[in-house]
Amino acid sequence: MKNVSLPFDPYNIIITGVGGQGNVMASRVVGNMLSRKNLNITIGETFGASQRGGSVMSHLRISAESCWSPQIPKGKCHLVISLEPTEAIRVLMNYGNPNVKVLCNTRPVHAIGVISGEQRYPSLEEVKSWIAELSEDCWFLAATERALELGNPILGNIMMIGAAAGIGALPLDRDSFEAAISEALSGDKLALNLKAYDLGVGMVKGI
Amino acid sequence: MSIISLGREGERHLVMGNEAIARGALEAGVSVAAGYPGTPSSEIIETLAKVSTDQNLYVEWSVNEKVAMEVAAAASFAGLRSLCVMKQNGVNVGSDFLLHLALTGVRGGMVLVHCDDPGALSSANEGESRHFARMLELPLLEPGDFQEAKDMLKAAFELSEAIHNVVMVRSVTRLSHASGIVVFGELQPIEKKAFFKHSGFMLDPLEGPMASLPVPYRHEQQQKKLKQVTARFEESPFNFYNGPQAPELLLITSSACHLYSKEAIRLLGVGDRVGLLKLGTTWPLPPRLVEKYLGITDKILIVEEVIPFLEENVKILAAELASKIGPKAFFGKREGNIPTTNEMNPDLVAAAVSKILEVDYAAVPEAYAKRSQEVVVSGAPGRDMTFCAGCPHRASFWSIHNALKMDGREGFVCGDIGCYSLAVLPTGFSTLKTLHAMGSGVGLASGFGKLGQFGMNQPVLATVGDSTFFHAVLPALVNAIHHQSDITIVVLDNGGTAMTGFQPHPGLPVDAGGDEVPALDVAKICEAMGATVRISDPFDIGKTQQTIFELFEIKGLKVLVLKQMCALSPEKKAQKMFDVSVDKNICLGQSCGCNQLCTRIFKCPGLNWDKDNRVSRIDEVICVGCGVCTSICPSGAIQKKEVA
Repeated sequence: MKNVSLPFDPYNIIITGVGGQGNVMASRVVGNMLSRKNLNITIGETFGASQRGGSVMSHLRISAESCWSPQIPKGKCHLVISLEPTEAIRVLMNYGNPNVKVLCNTRPVHAIGVISGEQRYPSLEEVKSWIAELSEDCWFLAATERALELGNPILGNIMMIGAAAGIGALPLDRDSFEAAISEALSGDKLALNLKAYDLGVGMVKGI
Repeated sequence: MSIISLGREGERHLVMGNEAIARGALEAGVSVAAGYPGTPSSEIIETLAKVSTDQNLYVEWSVNEKVAMEVAAAASFAGLRSLCVMKQNGVNVGSDFLLHLALTGVRGGMVLVHCDDPGALSSANEGESRHFARMLELPLLEPGDFQEAKDMLKAAFELSEAIHNVVMVRSVTRLSHASGIVVFGELQPIEKKAFFKHSGFMLDPLEGPMASLPVPYRHEQQQKKLKQVTARFEESPFNFYNGPQAPELLLITSSACHLYSKEAIRLLGVGDRVGLLKLGTTWPLPPRLVEKYLGITDKILIVEEVIPFLEENVKILAAELASKIGPKAFFGKREGNIPTTNEMNPDLVAAAVSKILEVDYAAVPEAYAKRSQEVVVSGAPGRDMTFCAGCPHRASFWSIHNALKMDGREGFVCGDIGCYSLAVLPTGFSTLKTLHAMGSGVGLASGFGKLGQFGMNQPVLATVGDSTFFHAVLPALVNAIHHQSDITIVVLDNGGTAMTGFQPHPGLPVDAGGDEVPALDVAKICEAMGATVRISDPFDIGKTQQTIFELFEIKGLKVLVLKQMCALSPEKKAQKMFDVSVDKNICLGQSCGCNQLCTRIFKCPGLNWDKDNRVSRIDEVICVGCGVCTSICPSGAIQKKEVA
């Protein structure tokens, strides 16, 4: 297998969201896609009781050289894939830098402090301006809404993966997506996931 | 079928640390595996259970960790290789047996994998299990990456059989619950025949009875084994050094801290000044190896998580070697360079190294750090932990909380370990007032319930999970009934060991491998013991509250079983019960006397406050359709419709 080139080695991705959104599964799919390119993948994640309704992150390290720390050093993230808007800015505070790219799903998940009225959830316009200010490139996708049209909100995560492929920063492609997802799905479900992936690619290429 | 058994020699796969450990056990020819679920260890037994049929294994979720150790030891006594798996707390539970087992030794290789949780990411403590190795005088291995997580299992089984004693392998959350590329080794078919030889001479370790007597003799034999281990560890491939021949600073580390240290050296660009000694065999330490590397520098930084285990052990050797190697400057936890609580990360190592070497390091430009912090403060509301949407615990604690408030005697609930531990927080209406180990709520309640003679008249309750009931509640329950303690035990029966991923327990008709087994009935057990027992559905809030009141009036030990499946159970996920909606015309919003009861107090994540229309609404992505909120709304604005 020929060696693929990475813009940085290790290339660091954080997939973030709220417990229950499907973060772990999304990181596994991206990891499996890249491991097919003969790259070294390390994924660090937290799950368990502490994540009930809490912020969750998966740290992906992609390297042609070796295995790296399952925790990305502060300020060293290259790409943030955020399944929830305010989680993107939380990640930027710890792991962002002026050159980071951000892909953000625009559907909020309200924290219980917001539900109870003790805290305010910002407007989407505010979140967009903050992320634009704190990143080199950013894309905002109404992935959950499009996924609801397809019949299942979880497909929003697949659109986000499609979008990550669409921005062209990494050797992610449709064939490796299909190969990775075929390990778990077949038939109609596979076709629906491929459709969601293509929609995700289109969402960033159309911008 | 799983890649863990299908993967062939030489193939590379992206697997979790726990899956790598399971594969290592398979490559070593394990026959029996037993454990109790606990994050971050659960996937090891789960992975082995999935392949138990095609690999001819016996795999069980034991009732608790002590029994798991006993089950694994029985296999070893009968000549098979056995694995025992648990989180850090489990070693405490099993340590009584383990202390005796360390004296009798084992026959077939027996490996104890214990997974610590520095930072308590999924625990109620960050207790260390490495110390058990020193206390029990058993060898300890710590994998430093994913490949080693697999390879060490094989080495551990070989070592165990060489010394005929248990070998401990300690993982941490950041390895067990992280994933990396692992190159698989060979799966060798081995012939398995179980037979327990017990007719030999009393002191014959291989054919005599397995008993720890006479203790001084057995103890001496055990310590001789540990000497052999030390000699083997001198040559172990799991200990290695990277760096210059005479570094200014030597880092000594193990486990996930190996990866953090490697990263920190790279971040600071000090690879020509700093050496890294990574140890995989951390008890007993190999003295000649340590001597060699202490000799190449005068400054040593020891990088590890939580308690200074490695640090103290290295310092003991350094003191013994002082006349040969001269004085050294040690940095680490005692010096204050490395924190003694919480988990480590690359930045904490970088901070320690940059301070010692006086190298400047800033992760991001100051202006960026400042601005991003401002944005988070103003724009990212914090996320408190909460029960999931549709969680039966929210409904159960709603009823318990309300019953206690209406009773008015400042009654309280003693809790223990499970998702329901969250009831110390507002998500459970801050109902739990004590939180300790598995089963401790019932033990404490048993004690509180006997304080009537000193004037205590507060109602005392304890909440326990269905898996916890079998794990550690039973002895406390026997105690409470026998001593006629006046308390109410609420069993939150959500149909599985939900917190750790829904593993089966003795109350269910299925075992780890999916085979049919007899289920033990919690209510019948309690009745047979003499308790007053009631059963209710926590989603029926009216009946549940009424039942709790009735139980307060009855003397002695009462048990209320609240039965409702976990919202994350496969059954519940497959089928939504109700479509729930808020009728905007009925919801009075802030004008209602309820003071926004549903979003302000009940606050299920499936409910939202619609700022624009000033009414409640349902978030259709998050709501799972349990319908409980319909019965708390005083004006009947929240409505449910059965899903066809």
